[in-house]
Amino acid sequence: MAGGGAQRITRIAGTPVPMRGHDIDTDRIIPARFLRSIRFEGLEAHVFEDDRTALADAGTPHPFDQPQYQGASVLLANANFGCGSSREHAPQALQRWGIQACIAESFSEIFLGNSTALGLPCATATPEAVDQLLRAAEAEPGSAMTLDLEALTVQAGDRVVEVAMAPAVREALLSGTWDATGLLLDQFDDVRAVAAKLPYVTGF
Amino acid sequence: MSRTLLQKVWDAHGVRTLPTGQTQLFIGLHLVHEVTSPQAFAMLRDRGWQVQFPERTFATVDHIIPTLDQARPFADTLAEEMMSALERNAKEFGVPLWDLSSPRQGIVHVIGPELGLTQPGLTIACGDSHTSTHGAFGTVAFGIGTSQVRDVLASQCLAIDPLKVRRIDVTGSLARGVYAKDVILEIIRRLGVKGGVGFAYEYGGAVLDGMTMDERMTVCNMSIEGGARVGYVNPDQTTFDYLEGRPFAPAGEAFGRAKAWWASMASDADAAYDDRLEIDGAALAPVVTWGINPGQSIQVGERIPAPGDVEANDRPAVAEALAFMGFEGGAPIAGTKVDVAFIGSCTNSRLTDLREAAQVVATQRISPHVTGLVVPGSQAVAAAAEQEGLDEVFRAAGFEWRRAGCSMCLAMNPDKLEGQQVCASSSNRNFKGRQGSPTGRTLLMSPAMVAAAALAGEVTDVRQLAPAGSTVEVG
Repeated sequence: MAGGGAQRITRIAGTPVPMRGHDIDTDRIIPARFLRSIRFEGLEAHVFEDDRTALADAGTPHPFDQPQYQGASVLLANANFGCGSSREHAPQALQRWGIQACIAESFSEIFLGNSTALGLPCATATPEAVDQLLRAAEAEPGSAMTLDLEALTVQAGDRVVEVAMAPAVREALLSGTWDATGLLLDQFDDVRAVAAKLPYVTGF
Repeated sequence: MSRTLLQKVWDAHGVRTLPTGQTQLFIGLHLVHEVTSPQAFAMLRDRGWQVQFPERTFATVDHIIPTLDQARPFADTLAEEMMSALERNAKEFGVPLWDLSSPRQGIVHVIGPELGLTQPGLTIACGDSHTSTHGAFGTVAFGIGTSQVRDVLASQCLAIDPLKVRRIDVTGSLARGVYAKDVILEIIRRLGVKGGVGFAYEYGGAVLDGMTMDERMTVCNMSIEGGARVGYVNPDQTTFDYLEGRPFAPAGEAFGRAKAWWASMASDADAAYDDRLEIDGAALAPVVTWGINPGQSIQVGERIPAPGDVEANDRPAVAEALAFMGFEGGAPIAGTKVDVAFIGSCTNSRLTDLREAAQVVATQRISPHVTGLVVPGSQAVAAAAEQEGLDEVFRAAGFEWRRAGCSMCLAMNPDKLEGQQVCASSSNRNFKGRQGSPTGRTLLMSPAMVAAAALAGEVTDVRQLAPAGSTVEVG
């Protein structure tokens, strides 16, 4: 497969689900016991499982269990979303649950890399802008939000907020080259040439 | 022009700038384990790809393996399926696998260094966030997810953005009873769990210079807990001495040539950094976490913060952590009753760690209400510790001496907390549910502090437990 071949991602439109709180780690998104599998299929059934159970027991259901956020495809979060373990199972579980875009104040780098490799765009916005979006999602659940990767904006009703993405990540999604392996195999002679110059490869 | 180690390694391994603007980076060593690889191998199979550099790829099993009964098939059928998948994949794709029958098996971040696979100047990738551990040798080592494991298997490359470098100097020397774990917990406490996003951390200064390789690995291991995907220490004589004679290290004349190249990869004295931090090592004390992320920590003599003690933006997080932990703001952390003491994990399961804990235990018994677990990081660590009689010290004290693996750090095997148990743990994450019980509570600390907590049955300052002039060595 040559570079490209994946779907071009330019615009995600859907209803939001607000996930308030900083530093939501990937152990919370998908607890480790659900990683005991050789497949990703079925992870969606366990996304945020322990948090959801704890909140249900407390009588304050988790956003993923609240009826107004069912069918959501845009996840809104605060800072450092997806920190901790490198498990790709976290964005896999979210994506399989139905999330097609994440908007947060910031993301952990590994989570962002994993999401990009799945064609799941993660865009950042200022704390004020994220707060506006969270309030909008809570006030008018079921109203669409649209992430536009070309314009780098999120539209929520009449509101338009600016978002940011690393240029290379945005380009990979826009050009449909987010499944990187093809691209990395494209000019493989160059890879062999770099390897041949590394003393530890050639045995010093 | 002066460069940092990160820039030198990046320059040596950069293949090209991809059309997206990312760097195509050659990966010098790819370490594979059973949890994050099966789907990657399946994708290779689907697409008809081979492992391009099987000689630069090594596999072991660590996360899911039981530490008591290791007879096959495992009692946990899901674990057995993962083990079998790794065996099948390694065979089919020609990747060496150190399984339970090999004396080289162990936690991936313990065996890479002890086999001499981890060498200065390399790029290292592994489907595990604690890959930063290998940075102790002056490598650029980072954790990746399964799709990127597929990328590296198929192309030996990653598509990745460059990192900035923050230099962190720890000056002076550590007081007795203060260890490498306290140094990194203090760094995370000061810079926060997201302070390192976008950065590689370069650790240096007199404290790092004086550390053993085991201690440097503890520091680099937890870089990711501070948000830094990469952490490293420049290679020096301590690094070279550690590597000499290891199975995969260059030997004979090649070792001399390797040493010269390794030394050349260290940051130049006048390299420019994107940010700097200096910490007075002499002022450090043992650190304990009280909350649900590794930045929520205090020195053992301090009091747990209340929501009112922190900035408005942080108050919900403090309130959430206190509620989960069942702690009161303003209460001391010392004296907190512990139910389980866990010594192990890729952070603190090496021979030095076990020695430090054993010196605290000496001939004493752990508290009757504490379950103590010592899980060596590798079969080689276990063998070396047994050679020194450390297993007997732990057993005599009432600890269980287990087989090598990740164990209760993330509880993917049968070693789990139950209910709301409190665990004094030498591991790296105190996230909600991390140690296997959704309501279980983790207090991160050094192995010596875990040993002290096990003896006392509660969090206690190891400096008070160890009499002056004892054999507890300065970290």
